[in-house]
Amino acid sequence: MTEASHHIISYRKLSAVWGLLLLLTAATVLITRLDLGPYKIVGALSIACIKSGLVIAIFMHMKYEGRLLRILLFVALVTLAIFIGFTFFDVLYR
Amino acid sequence: MSHSEHKDYAGAKLGMWLFLFTEIILFGGLFILYAVYLHRYPREFSSGGHELNVIYGATNTMVLLTSSLMVAMAVTAIQGGRKLLTLRLLVGTILCAAIFMGIKYVEWSAKIHHGIYPGSAKLAAGPPGESIFFGLYYLSTGLHGLHVLIGGSVLAWIGVKVRRGVVTGDDFVLLENGALYWHLVDLIWIFIFPLYYLML
Repeated sequence: MTEASHHIISYRKLSAVWGLLLLLTAATVLITRLDLGPYKIVGALSIACIKSGLVIAIFMHMKYEGRLLRILLFVALVTLAIFIGFTFFDVLYR
Repeated sequence: MSHSEHKDYAGAKLGMWLFLFTEIILFGGLFILYAVYLHRYPREFSSGGHELNVIYGATNTMVLLTSSLMVAMAVTAIQGGRKLLTLRLLVGTILCAAIFMGIKYVEWSAKIHHGIYPGSAKLAAGPPGESIFFGLYYLSTGLHGLHVLIGGSVLAWIGVKVRRGVVTGDDFVLLENGALYWHLVDLIWIFIFPLYYLML
């Protein structure tokens, strides 16, 4: 292990992300208690995406990784989006 | 040890991430099933979702987020060579895993007690959308729970290696990869919680 690429994330930064994640969880619970109709799903899933972005970027160190892992993550997410998108082309317009 | 072992830090991490991508696709498949059936049976999904306990779900969310924080801190601790702190944080993470499974046990027991489980007479007599909702609920949370058990065991095994001085401040990729797996468990719950407990 000679590469100097190991980025050490401070306890303070990790705790700040944790606090933010708890706040976002509270926000999801709050907005889903309101009567927002279809926006409830959009709101809840948008916050879930922000939360998972935080976990991947900071807790999982993706922000500090090289290009290869980031491209692979992108490919995996695009693959998932294609699965979901094409399934719904079929389900919605059958 | 007299011979020096071959170490490939980047390769070990790449391998872990590739495995995590297959996990994302696995759970992604379950979320697609959920979305398609929610589209087909919106009413049954809504009434099913309202039967789930938001308090249990929210508590488990906080427990998992906290465990994720602790395992991330454990990686920071081992990078700084702080062995005792690393071990304490790993014990904390595993305790959180146990609390999560305890709450899950109470939750599932209550449902099963009310006759709601895959193949139960109550669900068989009800509308198909309802049994599909609870079937997916048990499959998703069950598969996730299995990941919690595996993740907790893997972290315990890594904790033993930290204690024995096999995983150290100079060679910590095993702990990093274990932590990555644990974060994935958290990541999946971040989606299961709103999908099943909140937005229906």
